[in-house]
Amino acid sequence: MTPNPYVFIVIFVGVALVFPLIPLALAWLWRRLFQPPKPGAQKNAIYECGVESIGEAQIQFRSQYYLYAIIFLIFDVEAIFLVPFAVAFTGLPIGAFVAILVFLLLLIEGLVWAWGKGCLNWAR
Amino acid sequence: MSEIDEGLRKELQRQGVWVTSMQELYNWGRKNSIWPLQFGLACCAIEMIATAASRYDIARFGGEVFRPSPRQADLMIVAGTVTKKMAPQIVRLYNQMPDPKYVISMGACAISGGPFKEGYNVLKGIDRYIPVDVYIPGCPPRPEALLHAFMELQRKIDSQKLTGENRAEHLDPAEPSEFPVPSFGEHDLEPPANRDVFQPPKIERT
Repeated sequence: MTPNPYVFIVIFVGVALVFPLIPLALAWLWRRLFQPPKPGAQKNAIYECGVESIGEAQIQFRSQYYLYAIIFLIFDVEAIFLVPFAVAFTGLPIGAFVAILVFLLLLIEGLVWAWGKGCLNWAR
Repeated sequence: MSEIDEGLRKELQRQGVWVTSMQELYNWGRKNSIWPLQFGLACCAIEMIATAASRYDIARFGGEVFRPSPRQADLMIVAGTVTKKMAPQIVRLYNQMPDPKYVISMGACAISGGPFKEGYNVLKGIDRYIPVDVYIPGCPPRPEALLHAFMELQRKIDSQKLTGENRAEHLDPAEPSEFPVPSFGEHDLEPPANRDVFQPPKIERT
């Protein structure tokens, strides 16, 4: 009789669990038996670049960064979509052509909005 | 284990039987996988990079795994001029390295301040704050000199005892693992040196 095809997946999952667990267990055992136990305030500190950590890690970004997100979308994501559009340009049906034009129009609208808001002016 | 006759050991080796002790095996593993901390301070760091690159190839001695985190490093190569601004960070990084840990003081600046010894902002030797295992003279030392220091360190690790009175520092609970980090005082680092923590070896000239 042929075994259930899912048996191999079960074996695979078992091996995938056991193989990482063996070195982890060995490392734990080695630490328990042979590690010279010398903890300290600095050795147990969180940060490890030589400078003491300051403040909290849970900080908020200012909401004004949405401008960068929009401009990134216009200039970077647009280029990614334009290249395949240009490559497939001659073979496109009319529906796809109109769809991509609508997409471009939305992005251009964003560009016009950002331009009108003065985001593209160099801050002096 | 050390009582085994050296001739008998050679004879056994000839027959394909390798007799060793736990200490030798442990030290053999440690000395052939020394992971240095990846940080350079000045021009000596360029020589350190050259030592790690293909021409000099510190990987031949098992030291190619430069770790960006002190938690994973065994060896600190103090490569270059230690300014007083940088000294507390170096001591802190050394404190954060797990035992056993070793220090190579590379170049004239790390040993004594070198050509900048009279400078107002240069630490006159990293051994004022942390213990140093191997000193390399030179300005900067050539990669061969760093390799030589690496081999000297391997020799030192190989000779360390795991038990007994003269056992290695990291296995002695009385020996400290962290050293006081100096702070910025009004004119100098406070304290200017921790002489009671570590005394550099005296050179005996005959």
